Amino acid sequence: MNQIAITHTQWQPICQRSDLVADSGVCVLTGDRTLRTVSAAPKSIALFFIPHAEPQLYAIDNWDPLAGAGVIARGLLAEIDGELTVASPLYKHHYRLRDGICLEDNSVRLGTYAAAFDGDKVLIATEPGNH
Amino acid sequence: MVKQKLIVIGNGMVGHHFLEQLAARPEKSLFEVTVFCAEPRPAYDRVHLSEYFGGRSAEDLALGKVERYREWGFELLLNDAVTAIDRDRKTVTAASGMEKSYDRLVLATGSYPFVPPIPGHEHEKCFVYRTLEDLDAIRAAARGARRGVVVGGGLLGLEAANALKELGLEAHVVEFAPGLMSVQLDAGGSELLKNKIEDLGVTVHTSTATELIEEVDGRLCMRFQGDRELITDLIVFSAGIRPEDSLARSAHLQLGERGGIVIDESCRTSDENIFAIGECALYDNRIFGLVAPGYTMARNTVAQLCGESMSFTGADMSTKLKLLGVQVGSIGDAHGRAEGAAAITFVDEQTGVYKRMITDNTGKKLLGAVLVGDTGDYDQLLQYHLNAIDLPEHPEQLILPAADGAAPALGAGALPAAATICSCHNVSKGQIVDAVQGGCCSLGEVKDATRASTGCGGCSALLKNVIDEELAALGMEVNNHLCAHFPFTRQELFHLVQVEEIRTFEELLTKHGSGRGCELCKPTVASILASLWNEHIHRKPHVGLQDTNDTFMANMQKNGSYSVVPRIPGGEITPDKLIVLGQVAKKYNLYTKITGGQRVDLFGARLEELPEIWRELIDAGFETGHAYGKSLRTVKSCVGSTWCRFGVQDSVAMALHIENRYKGLRSPHKIKMAVSGCTRECAEAQSKDIGVIATENGWNLFVCGNGGMRPRHADLFATDLDDTTLIQYIDRILMFYVRTADKLQRTSVWLENLEGGLDYLRAVVIEDKLGIGAELETQMANVVGTYQCEWKTAIEDPEMLKRFRQFVNTDTPDDKIAFVEERGQPRPAREGEIVRIAEPA
Repeated sequence: MNQIAITHTQWQPICQRSDLVADSGVCVLTGDRTLRTVSAAPKSIALFFIPHAEPQLYAIDNWDPLAGAGVIARGLLAEIDGELTVASPLYKHHYRLRDGICLEDNSVRLGTYAAAFDGDKVLIATEPGNH
Repeated sequence: MVKQKLIVIGNGMVGHHFLEQLAARPEKSLFEVTVFCAEPRPAYDRVHLSEYFGGRSAEDLALGKVERYREWGFELLLNDAVTAIDRDRKTVTAASGMEKSYDRLVLATGSYPFVPPIPGHEHEKCFVYRTLEDLDAIRAAARGARRGVVVGGGLLGLEAANALKELGLEAHVVEFAPGLMSVQLDAGGSELLKNKIEDLGVTVHTSTATELIEEVDGRLCMRFQGDRELITDLIVFSAGIRPEDSLARSAHLQLGERGGIVIDESCRTSDENIFAIGECALYDNRIFGLVAPGYTMARNTVAQLCGESMSFTGADMSTKLKLLGVQVGSIGDAHGRAEGAAAITFVDEQTGVYKRMITDNTGKKLLGAVLVGDTGDYDQLLQYHLNAIDLPEHPEQLILPAADGAAPALGAGALPAAATICSCHNVSKGQIVDAVQGGCCSLGEVKDATRASTGCGGCSALLKNVIDEELAALGMEVNNHLCAHFPFTRQELFHLVQVEEIRTFEELLTKHGSGRGCELCKPTVASILASLWNEHIHRKPHVGLQDTNDTFMANMQKNGSYSVVPRIPGGEITPDKLIVLGQVAKKYNLYTKITGGQRVDLFGARLEELPEIWRELIDAGFETGHAYGKSLRTVKSCVGSTWCRFGVQDSVAMALHIENRYKGLRSPHKIKMAVSGCTRECAEAQSKDIGVIATENGWNLFVCGNGGMRPRHADLFATDLDDTTLIQYIDRILMFYVRTADKLQRTSVWLENLEGGLDYLRAVVIEDKLGIGAELETQMANVVGTYQCEWKTAIEDPEMLKRFRQFVNTDTPDDKIAFVEERGQPRPAREGEIVRIAEPA
C-alpha cells in the first residue's frame, strides 16, 4: 500500500541488556523519526526479560487499548494455563506474550515484535508479527 | 393507572421490615405509601437497645434512614401519631390534624411496656425500657445514683439489668415468679441462670411482690410482701409487654379478650382492608413478642398485597441469646408440658452448665430443650426440633460434653430441603442448595445471593456445612488454593514460609509450587515475605512480584500517571509542611485533593517525575504514606481532649503512636484505623479495621469494621484498656490477621469467616488460648524495628531509581499522557481532547 513502507524485518538496536529488569518489564520508544511512515512512527513497546523462559525476551505494544493507557510494561507477568502473559495493571486483562492476544477478549490483539540479544545490546524488529 | 393508597401506622422493627420487603418488589410501584411514626426518628434496632449504653449511638442502632425512604418513594411522617381511624370513610387522622385516605391500612403499632399498678409507680424516678428516649431518661437519672432496680426477671428485664450495670449502678432484679425467664426456662435452668447472674454482681430477688413505692430521704423505698424492703435510686419496669391496640379498639376492630388485634392466617384483621403485624397482632390467641415472627407476618402481608397467597400459622418461639454474658437457649416446649414428655438433663455445677432435652413419649422426637451456660448444641437441637428428625439411638449424647467417639454431629445432609437454616432472613436449605447449584462456590457468594447468615450470624457454621456438602455432592472440590501455582491456602503458605524461613518467591515456588507464578500468587507471596522478613520491596528478588503500585510506590491512575500520598500521621500537619505540599503540587502541576483518611493526595505525576517529587517531600520531612500498598493506610483522629471540650483522652497522641507503630506493616489487604477522643466518635472509628474510642478510664477497642462497598459496623472487642494493653491487643490482632487471612481479605470478611468469630478472636488475643501471644508480639516488634521509608531508601539507590524511567532508551516523555484544566487544576484529557504536541525532529 504505502510504497515506502519497509516490508522486511528491520533489526534495530533499542537499549542495553542492563536496562532490562529480570522477570519484569521496561518500556522503550522505537521509530526512526526521519522516516514518515506509519509503521516507523514513534511507538512505545514493552520489553519483558524472563531469564528462565525460552525465548527469554518478548516485545509487545505498550498501549493497552482496553484501558486506553500506555501501561503494559508495568504489568505483572503471569503464567495462565502454561502460557506466559502480562496482566495489564489497570483492569487486569491478560495479554499473551507470544502473540499479543487478550485472553479475556480474543478480538483484541496487541502487536508483538521479534527481539533478540546482540552481546550487550537488545535488538527488536519494528514490523509487527514478522517472526 | 391509579395507585393504591397504602398507609402504615408504626415504624418499629416490624413496620420497617414490611416496608423494606415491599420496596424490594416490582409491585412497589402499584402503591402510594405513607408511613406514620409516633417517635421522632425512624425505626431502630430495639433488640440491641442495651448496647446504647455500651457505646453504640442512636445512628448505629438505626434501621430506617430518612434518605432510604425517600429513595423508595415512601412518605415518612415522623413525630406524628395517628389518633383515629375512620373505617367507613377509609381515612386516618393524625395528631397534627392531618387527614389521609387509604385503600389498604397496615397496623404495626407494636406494644407498650406493662407497668404493674403498684402505688407509687408514677414517681419520676420510675422508668420503662422501650425506646431510646426511655434510655436517655434512665441515663440522666443514673448520674449520681448508686443503685438501680429492675422489676421483672424476664428476657427484657435481664437486658435492662445489664444496662443498669453498664451505667455503673449496683443492679437488682425483682421478680414475682419463683424463677428468672419463667416463660423460656424450666426450674433447673432458671436456678442456674440466677446463680450465674448473681456471680456477675447482679442481686436477684425471686418470689418477691412489690406492694408500695415511696420516697424516703430523697431515695426510693420499695416495700415488699412479707415486710421486706429495698432502698434504691431508680426503678425500671420490665414486667412484660401489652399489645398497642388502642387505635384498633376505637375503630371497633375485633380484639382478643386480653387485648391484641385479632388476625387470620393472611394477617388480616376483622376489616379486610386492614392488616396487623408484629406485637400488636393476636393470632390463635397468642401475641408473638419476638422479632422473627413479626418479620414473618410482615413478609406475609407484603405477599397478600401483591396478590400472592401465603399463610401465617404461628411461629417457632425458640430463642438463643446472651444475657449479662451468660448464654441462654430455649427451644420449643421447654417445660415439657406435652403428654408423655420425658426429659434428659445434664448439669455441671462446676462450670455452671445446664442442659435439658424434652422428648416425646416414643423418645424419638425432640419437643423442646433448655440450655444455660453453653448454647453450643442449640443449632443442632433446633434442627432436630423444627424438622422432626428422628433422634439418634442415644439422644443423651447430643447434650453430653464431647468425648471421643461420642455425639455424632447432625450432618447437613440429614436436613430436609425445607429446613430453615437462617431464621433471621428465613432462608431454607433448599434455597442455599439452589444458590450453590447456580454457581455460588463460597460462603461469601452464598451470603450475598441469599442473605443467609447476614442477620445475627448464628447459623454461619451450619451454612458453611450445607455449602461444603453441596459442593462435594456436585463433585466440586472445595478449593481454597491460592492459585494454579500453589496448592495451598494463603494461611498454609504463610506457615511454610515462616517455618522453613523461605526468603524468596523462587525458593517457595521450587519447594512448594509449580509453573512460573501469576498476578495472584506473586503479590500475595511478596506480602507474606514482607510481613515476615520486612525487606525492601525493591530488593532484586522481589522486584517482579509487586503489583504496579507497589513497584512504583505510587497509585496508578486511569491515564497511566500516578498519585502521590505522603504520610500525615493522625492527620496532624504543621503549616510549613502544608506549604511544601502546595509548592510541590504547583511545581509539578499536580491535582490536589483532601482524602477521607485526613491526608492530601497529589494526582497526575508522571512516572519519571516520582523520584524528584519524593526528594522534595523527604527533604521537607515527609515519609511514604503506603497508599499504594496492602498495608496500614491512615489512623484518622479527632483533636481529642487537647482542644475539644468533650474529649476525655488525647486521641491525636494515641493516633500518632499507633500510626507510627504500624506504618509499613504489609498485610493481606489494606488496613485503616481511627482514634476518637470521646464517645461522640468524630473519627468514625467504628467503620475501621481497628477503631479506638476514648473512655473516662482508658480506651475501648473496636475491631473489623469496614466502610466502602460492604460496610460493616466494628465489633466492640474490649473496654477501658490502658495504653499498654491496647497496643498489646492490636499487635496480636493484626499479626493474627496477617497470618491467617485469605489473600485480599479485609478484616471484616476475615472475622466473619473465622470459625468461632469474635469470641474465638478474644480467646486467642486476650486469653492466649493458642499460646502464640508472645510470638505474635515478637513478630510485630520485628516489623516495627525494621521499618524504613521505602521512598527514602529508593532515592538514595541509583539502581532502584533506574526503574522510574518512562522509556529506558530516551528521556522523551510519554506523549500519550496529557492533561487539560478544570476548576483551576489539571485533569486527564479525555479522548478527543488530546492535542498532540509536535516532537522536536
